[in-house]
Order: sequence, then structure tokens, then C-alpha cells
Amino acid sequence: MSERTLRGKVAIAGIGETTYYKHGQSPDAEFKLALQAILAACHDAGIDPKEVDGFASYGDDRSDAPRLAAALGIKELRFSNMHWGGGGGGVAASVANAAAAVHSGMANCVIAFRSLAQGQFARYGRSRLGAAAMGDDAFLAPYGLISPAQRFAMKITRFMSDRGIRHEALRAIAMASYHHAQSNPRAVMYGRPLTEEKYDASRWIIEPFHRLFDCCQENDGAGAVLVVPADRAKDLPHKPTYLLGTAQGGHHRSAAPVHNAPDYASAHFPTVAKNMWAMAKLGPQDVDVVQAYENFTGGVLLSLVEHGFVDPKTANEFLVLENLLAPSGKMPMNTSGGNLAECYMHGLEMVNEAVRQLRGTANNQVAGAEVVAVLGGPMVTPVSSLVLGTEATL
Amino acid sequence: MSTTMKRALPDGLPAPDQPPLTKPYWDGTRAGKLVIQRCKGCGAHQWGPEWVCHRCHSFDLGWEEVAPTGRIWSWQRPHHPVHQALTGFGPYTIVLVELPHAGNVRMVGNLICEPTAPVEIGAEVEAVFEPHDEADPPYTLVQWRLKG
Repeated sequence: MSERTLRGKVAIAGIGETTYYKHGQSPDAEFKLALQAILAACHDAGIDPKEVDGFASYGDDRSDAPRLAAALGIKELRFSNMHWGGGGGGVAASVANAAAAVHSGMANCVIAFRSLAQGQFARYGRSRLGAAAMGDDAFLAPYGLISPAQRFAMKITRFMSDRGIRHEALRAIAMASYHHAQSNPRAVMYGRPLTEEKYDASRWIIEPFHRLFDCCQENDGAGAVLVVPADRAKDLPHKPTYLLGTAQGGHHRSAAPVHNAPDYASAHFPTVAKNMWAMAKLGPQDVDVVQAYENFTGGVLLSLVEHGFVDPKTANEFLVLENLLAPSGKMPMNTSGGNLAECYMHGLEMVNEAVRQLRGTANNQVAGAEVVAVLGGPMVTPVSSLVLGTEATL
Repeated sequence: MSTTMKRALPDGLPAPDQPPLTKPYWDGTRAGKLVIQRCKGCGAHQWGPEWVCHRCHSFDLGWEEVAPTGRIWSWQRPHHPVHQALTGFGPYTIVLVELPHAGNVRMVGNLICEPTAPVEIGAEVEAVFEPHDEADPPYTLVQWRLKG
């Protein structure tokens, strides 16, 4: 039986994004933002947008594929896909689903995207519950456990307490994102550096490990990538960026109700990371740059541990700012500013940054980057991750 | 059960929906009892409620009263109000309580304590039934306090 894999089979030929705005500041409607990002990705790839024949997204994106296909005059829609789960758990999965469609022959030219103008709808950090809490929320909301931060906080409390990991490790994660954003004019936090003092003085969102700067913001904008067969990418304007490995899902009962996952103090990557590395035929030691989705810095810690980038035993020593910075840190991470400081585009901006690093065009370029890992939104189910590489890694 | 007891959180938070799947639990709390799902097929405890046993796939899930005690498995203390009922209130303490005598299922509730009180993972706690008699339908939450 031939090996079933996506390794080297498809490439990201184009990336696009809109201007990134603070929450509620977009002058454009959310759907218009989606269109702008998609057209930008096609332009970047040198491909006529009417050749696009598929759309993949996640997080219940409101810009649906049929409307996009009609608005853009797509000749033939062959693939449309929405990945289950909220937030950015599906960011890598949207690229993977696009890749699977392309490699299987279901489609030829698929956009994976995310569009968000949350200010035009509702806030993530505020309750949208009615008078009665349904489902899982019935056992949570009456106790004041409502927001995403609150859903995840007890995983982080337990993991960090058990392992003796200090809050300073999370501070380094937040500061790395802000540091990189200072040399990225696209970043919402460009010109707004974060110091240790400012972080330490920031207010508690949740004790014991969530200060203000441990938490993502909300932003408006859109991002998109264009996925094509590997063969085709060779003839396009940019140096191709190949998908080497990807996986999605969650380990045993990670979504068990009312916080009853057997392995609870987890970002839900143990099996996903294993499967991703197996497909990529690589491990964390082979990665030049890491993009790790920050919904909350504690989730980044868990992601890094579960992908093998950080040993919990040495997390306090390893997770210091200098190790996380481009160009020469031991593990340059979130080199465009990430969700915290470039834009909370639910991680799609991290896929774009991974491609830039591999093309050699990033604002905070890591010299000679050949392999970049993108770890999607942690602590939800399904989660997803991917590894991209240059032609040299095939 | 006094209806004048001080509640852990301000009034105005969402009330629990009580559909058939979870109704036996809420009926139990009204009577001051902690009842959770237990599979009649294989004996596994299960929480939260589901239609099928995750271990043996039996649909014959019963309900069993369990001792209303446990130990703190994890905790958090929110400061930022995320619901209008919490504006100007807080911080408050949420605990994840493990029930070692019931298959290590975990329950979420508030720890009744001062907002600055230290919280220790592993600490023994006992349930405090908090009635909301005025609600329609009425319901009773399960809060927790440190044992003795």
C-alpha cells in the first residue's frame, strides 16, 4: 500500500491579509475584509481569482463559501469546508483540509481563510448567554465560569502548579510577541512595546496566571492563503512553501463535558503533535521558527510542551525572552507579533508569517529558515497544527 | 436549607437549563443530594451527563447518590467581570472538585471563601447546597467549602 500522506504534495502559493484593525475599528464590513484578503492571496500567487475552486475555514466563520464563490464570480465551486470548533483550534486544519482537497483531486486551487470583524457582532470576552444556560454551560455559567479565559484557566493553574512553572515564563511569551511587533508595521501593537514592568503592573483578569497581557485582544481583519498542488507551485512567482505535516483532533475524551477530560491539564495536542511529526518525518529539533497561537500565554506553554519544544522541567530556564527572539534566539517564536501583538486573526496571520519566513521576506527574518511549525489554537477540541518547509526539506 | 443564606455570586447570572438528560441531577440538588450518572452496564461513573456510557456504550445509565465531598483539583479566581451581573463584584473563586469515591469525576462550583484566601490543590472540600427558590423553575447550585 502506498504511503498516505500530504508531505510535499501541496504548497501555499499565495498569502494575503487586510489592514489589521483594533476591535471595532474596521471601516469595512467583515465579508468585504474576507474578499480583500482572498484577492490579495490570489494576487500574491499570480493566480486569477476565478480559478479558485474551493474555500476552507474554521471557527464558524460568517463569510460562507457559497457567498464568496458568487461574489467573486468563481467559475466552479468544487470544495467548501467548515471545520468544527470555535476560535483558532481549526487554523491549521483549514489549511490541511484545503490541502487534502487539492491532493485528492477534489479541487485544484483552494483558499483557506479567516475573517473577523467581531465588533460588528459580539465580544468574545463578554457573555452572550441568555437567562438560561444550556448544555455544558448549565453546569458552568451559574458559577461565573463563562468566558474563554475562564474555560481554560484551571488547566493552566493545575499544570503550572504541578510543574512549578513560574508566571515569568508566560511573561516571556507575551513579551516575545510584543517585541517582534515593534518591527512589523502591519501589527496592531506596532509602536506599543511591552516591558516587564508594564506586564507586572497589568491588572488581573484571572488569578493565578492571567494578567491582562497574558490574554489575546480582539481585532478586525482577514487573512487568507492559497493552496495548490506542489507541481503547480514551481511555476508561480514565489519560492514555494510546502506542507510537510499536519494533524488535527484531540486525545482521549479531551472534550469530555464539564471539565472531565481524563488528561485535563493539557492543550489537547499529545496525539495531534505525534501525528503531525510522523507525517512531516521531522521533530521539534528540526524547526527553525515556531508560530504558537496565543489565546492565552498559558496555552502557549502547554502547546510548546506537547509538541516537544519545551521540557516542563526546564521551562523556567528556557522560556526567557532572549531565547524566543528572531533572528538568533534558540527558538524564535511568533516572529510577526502573533495573536497578541500583530493581530488576533485566529492564527491565520501566523500561517502567513510562516510562509514569509520560508520565503525569506519576514520583518523579523530568521536567516536560512527552512522549517516553520504553526501550532493552532490550544485547549479547545479539535486542535490542529502544521509544519511547512522549503524545497530543500522535501 | 435556609433560603436566606448568602449566595456565592450576585443574582442575575444565567440559570441552568434542566432538560431531560440532566433533570435527575437538578432534582437531586433540590433535595440536598449529589447524584451523578452511573452506568448500569459496567458501573462507570460519568460526569457531565451524556446519553451513552463512554466506557461500555450502554444506554442504560442510572443515577446514584454520592457523598457530597471531594478535593480541589484546580482553581481560578476571576477578577474581570464577563457578565453584567458580575460588574463591580469580585474577585470570586471557582474550583474544579474531584470526587475520588465516584470514579474521580470532577465538578465545577464556587469555593466559599474570602476573595484573598489562599487556595490549595488537593484540599478536602464539602458541598454546600445553594437554593434559588425564587427562580422559575427553582434550582439549587452546588457550592463548596473547605472541610472542617
